[in-house]
Amino acid sequence: MLAVAGMLALGACSSSGGKKGEEKATGGNGPRLKIAMVTHSAPGDTFWDIVQKGAKAAAAKDNVQFLYSADPDGGKQAQLVQTAIDQKVDGIIVTLAKPDAMKDVLARATAAKIPVVSINSGAEDSAKLGALAHFGQDESIAGEAAGTELAKIGVKKALCVVHEQGNVGLESRCAGAKKTFSGQLQNLYVQGSDMPQVKSSITAKLQSDKGIDGILTLGAPFAATAVDSVKETSSKAKVATFDLNKDLIASIKSGDIQFAVDQQPYLQGYEAVDELWLYKTNGNVLGGGRPVLTGPAIVTKDNAASLEGFAVRGTR
Amino acid sequence: MTQAVAGPPAAVPDERLARESPLRRLLRRPEFGALLGAVAVFVFFSLVADAFLQADSFSTVLYASSTFGIMAVGVSLLMIGGEFDLSAGVMVTTAALVATLVSYQLTLNLWVGVAISLVVTLAIGALNGLLYIRTGLPSFIVTLATFFMLAGANLGVTKAVTGNVASDSVRDMDGFESARKVFASDVDVGGVNVKITVFWWLLFVGIATWILLRTRAGNWIFAVGGAAGSARAVGVPVARTKIGLFMGVAFCGWFSGMHLVFAFATVQSGEGVGNEFNYIICAVIGGCLLTGGYGSAIGAAIGAFIFGMVNKGIVYAEWNPDWFRFFLGAMLLIATVVNLIVRRRVERSA
Repeated sequence: MLAVAGMLALGACSSSGGKKGEEKATGGNGPRLKIAMVTHSAPGDTFWDIVQKGAKAAAAKDNVQFLYSADPDGGKQAQLVQTAIDQKVDGIIVTLAKPDAMKDVLARATAAKIPVVSINSGAEDSAKLGALAHFGQDESIAGEAAGTELAKIGVKKALCVVHEQGNVGLESRCAGAKKTFSGQLQNLYVQGSDMPQVKSSITAKLQSDKGIDGILTLGAPFAATAVDSVKETSSKAKVATFDLNKDLIASIKSGDIQFAVDQQPYLQGYEAVDELWLYKTNGNVLGGGRPVLTGPAIVTKDNAASLEGFAVRGTR
Repeated sequence: MTQAVAGPPAAVPDERLARESPLRRLLRRPEFGALLGAVAVFVFFSLVADAFLQADSFSTVLYASSTFGIMAVGVSLLMIGGEFDLSAGVMVTTAALVATLVSYQLTLNLWVGVAISLVVTLAIGALNGLLYIRTGLPSFIVTLATFFMLAGANLGVTKAVTGNVASDSVRDMDGFESARKVFASDVDVGGVNVKITVFWWLLFVGIATWILLRTRAGNWIFAVGGAAGSARAVGVPVARTKIGLFMGVAFCGWFSGMHLVFAFATVQSGEGVGNEFNYIICAVIGGCLLTGGYGSAIGAAIGAFIFGMVNKGIVYAEWNPDWFRFFLGAMLLIATVVNLIVRRRVERSA
């Protein structure tokens, strides 16, 4: 039944095409839904652009009006959720990077009978805060995968570059990596919104500690910066990272970056919108009260080529 | 004193004795330009955003305005006094961290943490003032230094004490509920939940306006901001006034910090950076001059209201949030230009 509805939607889109199709798509047999996504992203972040692309793809298919807003400051993110409640949206998608800040406002969403789905970070808090489902990567599991992989490529002393201070998810990635990594791993805090500052911090660290032979960054753009720092200081550090983008795939192919732990952001945006649509139109809930994992998927030199096309399109 | 410094330089002394029409008096107010701006922004978003005029939405706008506005009260007084405080943003986080860390680590009633935080925050404000007075460096430089030091200390201390980058949750500790009532509760106004910070904001604006316009301290503030040298020459305690102004900012920072603690229970050590400029923006939109000696607390409040309306109005209007800061910048430009034009008009016709 749903498959049929989905195919109808796709059919409508392709026959009329592009923007027009999006406007009058009839994916859901009912009124057009309005779904708001509120994240903790800083403006202009590649990762969140991919999440939005996934969400917009699902929104176009499901006849959903998709609204996006973001603020890295916990209190301001909560205010943005409040504005979504004020707008009487049909569903809210949130990230729970700072769960305590979101507690009260999500209770108000529940009181207003607006279904909430959480994505990305905050799997452990999702159900507690009243979210229907969570789509993300378990950051500890992903961190453990990265730690194992780092040890496998022969790194002994590594940096874990945290680009968003106070983000619980990033902290657990480093903690997870520390758990399975056989060598020594230390955290380096940098200000992710200011790339020159990120670069100089990593460079300074590499200059002051020649023993570092591995760098684990927690976001794709920072990996490229780390590679620059490594080249500049002629350090022998191997760079690995969380998340993916098209430049990164090229770097993995060329060997500048060893591997990437992909949490498939496209899936997080797509599934979250789709889940809210399913819930509103058919009462479905995915995951059975447990987080639905969208990663980790490890990308290395071996499988980089097959993903390149998707990454160039900006969806992987 | 107030008139001579705050108003345009009078060419003929007798002019000050002449009676002004009420309209002229209104035009002369520093907040007049901002008021025009606020009305324009309000009408604009009422037309383009369906959700904007709902009572719930308006309450959200007021809440956002109050979180900027409370700080803008202290910051505007300081700017009228001719100084900046770049540490204002992170000081809020510092105040919140002190209260949570002290209470949690020593298992004290949260009110004790609140009190200790007040003392610490006021001390930081006094330090800012003392450093400024003693070194004679521009306040821009002095508070830039304290800004970095506080930002570093926020992270360093939090990490050292808790092992994490955020303070532990104090939600279940003694005093949380009672302090929450004071700093972060909802007040039911005719069926609409309004955050208590809105009322505190209005109260602080009222107090600041009273100080500025009705007390000797208020005259001193205008005097030290307009011409510190002449003020000292006629016996205004310049050092004391300026230190007091820095402590005023610190007090507002403490209050905002307490709101963070009791609204969210945990405090992220890295937050607050960049907010100092938002406060200055509110004061400037509201008619405070960057050079000091001119401005009003009510103007800063209107500035914060404009800031809050733009901030949330863009969301209610369902525009692309990527353009938010562009719009904000444009607002700032328009508001200051309007202020300038209004002031020139008044000066010329005076």
